[in-house]
Amino acid sequence: MRIYADNAATTKVSPKVIEVMLPYFDKVYGNPSSLHTRGQEAAEALYEAREKIASLIGAEAREIYFTSGGSEADNQAIMSAARAGAKKDKKHIVSTKFEHHAVLHTLKRLEREGFEVTLVDVNENGIVKAEDIEKAIKEDTCLVTVMFANNEIGTIQPIAEIGALCHEKGVLFHTDAVQAAGHLDLDVKALSVDMLSASAHKFHGPKGVGFLYCKRGVVLKPLIEGGAQERGKRAGTENIPSIMGMAVALEEATSKIKENTEKLIPMRDKLIHGLEKIPHSRINGDKEKRLPGNVNICFEGIEGESLLLLLDAKGIEASSGSACTSGSLDPSHVLLSIGLPHDVAHGSLRVTISEETTDEEIDYIIKSVGEVVEYLRGISPVWEELIKGKREFILK
Amino acid sequence: MLYSEKVMDHFTNPRNVGEIENADGIGEVGNVKCGDIMKIYIKVDKGIITDVKFKTFGCGSAIASSSMATEMIKGKSIEDALELTNKAVVEALDGLPAHKVHCSVLAEEAVKAAVKDYYDKNGIEYDETKFCDGDCCHCSKHSEE
Ligand SMILES: Cc1ncc(COP(=O)(O)O)c(C=O)c1O
Repeated sequence: MRIYADNAATTKVSPKVIEVMLPYFDKVYGNPSSLHTRGQEAAEALYEAREKIASLIGAEAREIYFTSGGSEADNQAIMSAARAGAKKDKKHIVSTKFEHHAVLHTLKRLEREGFEVTLVDVNENGIVKAEDIEKAIKEDTCLVTVMFANNEIGTIQPIAEIGALCHEKGVLFHTDAVQAAGHLDLDVKALSVDMLSASAHKFHGPKGVGFLYCKRGVVLKPLIEGGAQERGKRAGTENIPSIMGMAVALEEATSKIKENTEKLIPMRDKLIHGLEKIPHSRINGDKEKRLPGNVNICFEGIEGESLLLLLDAKGIEASSGSACTSGSLDPSHVLLSIGLPHDVAHGSLRVTISEETTDEEIDYIIKSVGEVVEYLRGISPVWEELIKGKREFILK
Repeated sequence: MLYSEKVMDHFTNPRNVGEIENADGIGEVGNVKCGDIMKIYIKVDKGIITDVKFKTFGCGSAIASSSMATEMIKGKSIEDALELTNKAVVEALDGLPAHKVHCSVLAEEAVKAAVKDYYDKNGIEYDETKFCDGDCCHCSKHSEE
């Protein structure tokens, strides 16, 4: 048995999406910039995809820019806002401590270039307070960027509230909606966002393709220079098969949001309740305001990478925020941002299910995690000290 | 694959796991903050390590490195155990990914710490500079390469 429980990392491409993509490899393979029939067929398809995506998020076709994925969309949104801000002497950006690295590393780069960045704290449930964002905004703030849903702990942020206050203050607002698109309802108008990033492979579309929504009237500067594709905002011959796939994937996913949510939440909660029973553990992130498919939990006395590998040996494919899996000395910045000490953050497990996950799989995951945690605790000197009272439990 | 078959074998079926009651030497190195702690227990008879056990908190390569190191010193003389290098552990495991080499360093240091504890308990003199202070997070003695 092999159970895929890492849907926050990426998802399986839906069969319908693959079917839709195929003709664009060997039939409608023209370059949309070409004036001949084959090129114009591709240009029409591209336009349809743009319209479809726009209508799914309450935008207009001309407000959608195709990119190579979520990272590029985040980079472009932030760099563009920073460049436009700098022209008006506005060189301050507000974001949060637990953004994806596509955002945080871009902000680091801007800091090196002389921008000032305020990373607002999130609370212990992994939610940022709109009022804290408001407090961080200054006269010279050129951008607020807050993720829609966190990729590790799945917590959903008060985006509409933050959007409204940014609107009121006249500050540009971007949201990284990579984990939300196709899983939560998105309406750019209702959310008052100026820019929004999404990535197809998180909603059963292909990898390496995404889009940036940029509201009409908001300045957008290119990251990649070259041809006049994407109205001069993103050069490079369009990845038509992937774009066509992404449009259908978003349509399919959006149409199933209600059904999937109703199916996933009880399964997620069953998983949470089952795993929580393991002593000295803690669910990370708000239990209500979280993505329907996300479970994130820490187990005291063990390390996450060994937990993952032993689960993999049992056929369960999941993820962890331990230092060993991140390739650095520190565990995940997201887990540290919600106040977990290093000791505990090393022992984290992320299980992200999809609509294909079954009840039997949930039972098997609960049983297997219990077994592996017990085994690893049995060989852990830290656990030994904890139960002998030589070290104090952090998770009661 | 991230790890060699040898590493996976020692990780999923670690040898010499456990504790030794009344051990002649116990060595513990690492730091929970960094995500690795190794504890090695040795039993010594006439200068020979007759038994060795370990407990490790850490990633797959940390567990595999401890398992391999204990196998490599079991039945050896104390002097031979002190000669164990992290490089030898890596080789015996058919290699470790570059960013995991520090796990083999921990294994070497855990063995040394156990021997040092044995020396201390028995009033045997030794050269202090040959041993670490056990703070592997901030170790400057070993390079990670
Ligand atoms: C919240 C978030 N932002 C950005 C990204 C980057 O997206 P992509 O992999 O399409 O570049 C991801 C996924 O890895 C993500 O989860």
